[in-house]
Amino acid sequence: MLISNIEILPNKRVVKHLGLVQGSTVRAKHAGKDIMAGFKNIFGGELGSYTELLQESRDEAVQRMQDQAAAIGANAVINVRFSTSAIAAGASEILAYGTAVVIEDI
Amino acid sequence: MDVLIQLAIFLALLAAGYAFGRRAERRHYDSIRAREDALRHVLVLGERLPPPGFAHCETTLVAGSVVISVDYFKTVVAGLRNLVGGRISSYESLLDRARREAVLRMQERAEALGAQAVINMKFETSRVSGNAGQSIGSVEVLAYGTALIRT
Repeated sequence: MLISNIEILPNKRVVKHLGLVQGSTVRAKHAGKDIMAGFKNIFGGELGSYTELLQESRDEAVQRMQDQAAAIGANAVINVRFSTSAIAAGASEILAYGTAVVIEDI
Repeated sequence: MDVLIQLAIFLALLAAGYAFGRRAERRHYDSIRAREDALRHVLVLGERLPPPGFAHCETTLVAGSVVISVDYFKTVVAGLRNLVGGRISSYESLLDRARREAVLRMQERAEALGAQAVINMKFETSRVSGNAGQSIGSVEVLAYGTALIRT
């Protein structure tokens, strides 16, 4: 499955548009990690556990979007966008959305 | 007496924030500059169309993300700045570091895939509200784009 955030792919032609597909996930770290992050807010620096969390959620969101695209018979998702938001204390939502298409080589 | 204890805690946090925050920031900037120099050959462009010379290439999505925390000193300085208005340089440097780090991680991912350029790069910024009750916790920045791999 080809995932891209541009809409005109080099050497490829869009044969069929299948519409919007999306995947989202909401994740949180356990309280211990939140407390450690609280300490980090005094000293500054990178929050490794949250970076990891963000990375995992992004992969998960992209995976869900891919599954949805595969289910409707697409072989590529183009014009992909990410959107993140903090919905509750310690939890963050990540949404990936794009256009499912069928492409072929020129 | 209570007031004195509270003041002492406040000053201790402020000093710790200043000392550790400064050190973390300086180290981070040193590492950012060194890696930016090393990764300069991976082009990052905001354009949506591939530049000339990339007619035959594979494309794939690459992303890089980072979460950076404020320190206590920055929070206090920003709070004071809010009273008089103006540039909050302590937060400016925080966001600058986060953005450059996210782009660097994206470039590293692209380089690992053998890409020469990343086009249509977008940023996504949000706040981690992990620490309720504080005005700002940490910033998370996600940078993503399409890597072009010459075939």
